[in-house]
Amino acid sequence: MTGILKIAYKLLVNDKAKFTALLVGITFAVFLIVQMDAMFAGSMKRASATVINLGASMWIMDPAVQTVANTIGIPDYVLDAARSMQGVSYAVPVYTGGALVKLADGTYQSVTIVGLDDTSLFGRPELIQGRIEDIYAENAFIVVKDPEFPKLGNPRVGTEFQVNDHRGVIVGIARVASSGLFGVPTLYTTYERALQYLPNPRFTISYVLVQPKSPADVNRIKEQTRALGYLAVTNTEFINRITDFYIYQTGFGTNMLIMTVMSFIVGLSISGQTFYTFVLENLEKFGALKAIGAKSHELVFMILFQTSFTALLGYGLGIGLCAFLITLAKRRLPDYAALITYGNLGLAFVMVVLIAAISSYFGVRKVLRIEPFDIFRG
Amino acid sequence: MPNPAIKATGVVKWFGEGEARTQALRDVSLDAYFGEILYVVGPSGSGKTTLLSVLSGILKPDSGGVSVEGTDIWNLGSDKLADFRLNKIGFVFQDYHLFPRLTTAENVAIPLILRRTPWAAAVREAAKYLEIVGLKGRADLPPVKLSGGEQQRVAIARAMVGQPDILIMDEPTASLDGDTGVAIVGFVKKNILNEKRCILIVTHDDRISEFATRILKMQDGRITGTAKGGST
Repeated sequence: MTGILKIAYKLLVNDKAKFTALLVGITFAVFLIVQMDAMFAGSMKRASATVINLGASMWIMDPAVQTVANTIGIPDYVLDAARSMQGVSYAVPVYTGGALVKLADGTYQSVTIVGLDDTSLFGRPELIQGRIEDIYAENAFIVVKDPEFPKLGNPRVGTEFQVNDHRGVIVGIARVASSGLFGVPTLYTTYERALQYLPNPRFTISYVLVQPKSPADVNRIKEQTRALGYLAVTNTEFINRITDFYIYQTGFGTNMLIMTVMSFIVGLSISGQTFYTFVLENLEKFGALKAIGAKSHELVFMILFQTSFTALLGYGLGIGLCAFLITLAKRRLPDYAALITYGNLGLAFVMVVLIAAISSYFGVRKVLRIEPFDIFRG
Repeated sequence: MPNPAIKATGVVKWFGEGEARTQALRDVSLDAYFGEILYVVGPSGSGKTTLLSVLSGILKPDSGGVSVEGTDIWNLGSDKLADFRLNKIGFVFQDYHLFPRLTTAENVAIPLILRRTPWAAAVREAAKYLEIVGLKGRADLPPVKLSGGEQQRVAIARAMVGQPDILIMDEPTASLDGDTGVAIVGFVKKNILNEKRCILIVTHDDRISEFATRILKMQDGRITGTAKGGST
């Protein structure tokens, strides 16, 4: 079989114009599909940044919460109840909220403030400058060095600012796994200081972060929380909840779907049509092969090999191009939210396989119908 | 008389349906023998190409039988019939049907490649046949760089490379000028024909009749006469 596949390969590759058109079609389609999905995945990762960075196993929240940024305060008794639940190793409060800080030059900048449990500092970031215990010092804040960091004037340890007319001092510079979606810098402080410095509603706890004693306790904790009228979810479930919100309750998911389908149609149109023309132009040659003694299944293998080869090559080129451009964009724009995930690659692969399968189908049909007698008849 | 290479009995073939239905072959019977060049001549639409297609296992007759070397070819399954064509028949098509994206040697090697001969060995063997047909040094050229006569020789080399028992040539001189056409068929007779091989040629060209052993005349789907050729 390898010999006949080599014939198929040479017929395909030596027809440079058509081969190029086929490759461009598939590469472009893969590029568009992966790029769209990468932007979506990157944005979703950033939308879940607080969940990822705090790293809690379980989160207790108001059932109406849909994204980590839109918190609904929960009363203190929920924290107490969580601590006394069966299967809970420990539970701590966390505060997350937005604020405006006044910088030394008099300008204002929006920030996200995360107030960590004073006792445990659970969810604290990794410091690259300063010491974590300095967070207990007067007016202390730790700033995250991420793409938004320059918006605070590239602060150093000791830099001062104001939050709601309170003095704030940077005591440490930290790094986190993911920066936020909304392009604002992040400051960490203690839970109590966050409550003192920021205006608060009646209930002040944004979330209760829970560590179950074992994975088997997760469901038990969920049930006990539900009995309180609140919702407990795992880290992954919270990220999925946020993603679902953006997919189904904003236009984000629909737009992504439309773009993915359009990319698929563009790829299919260019590749399908070019491949069909390629088969039509070679139809007499396939007929001649049939007359000489090639079996129908061998001709089908030739077509499938040609489409698969082109599809896989275009898939690789499309992903390579996308990765290259994303890397380039991230160098120029550190804020650029795009992330190629295995899911993206899998989706693009399925799309490419579909394009190859549909293109092959029409080619195979045509080749199977050609009669060697037509070659004799001329 | 020796056993025939090809024996056709009562072959009937219809084309089309309804009012457009026409009979292309009407109860055609013939024998073709090893060691002879058998011409099938006749006007356009007389059924020559249809007959050749039926004899070579390409077009199934509506009735009648064809046996090649004693095997009833129309009782073979489709894969076995393909194998029969690959191993027993060499085709030279009127328009050659060479692959422009393959080299000349690769074109010639196709029957061997279909027989699972390794690529390099097949191309090496093909180069030998190109030498036989006088195209030494052209193995790596694409067919489009060759003249019509040279392409015809490539097609002959492709038909011969698998050493088939039966060579079928459809209008071998139709695309060639007179001298080249005569030279090509002369070449076939001199170098390809032997006592273990039967050559069937469909032609309109009277200039090459000197090379025929026998000539079958066809009209309206019937064999209307047999004549001895110039090389009898």
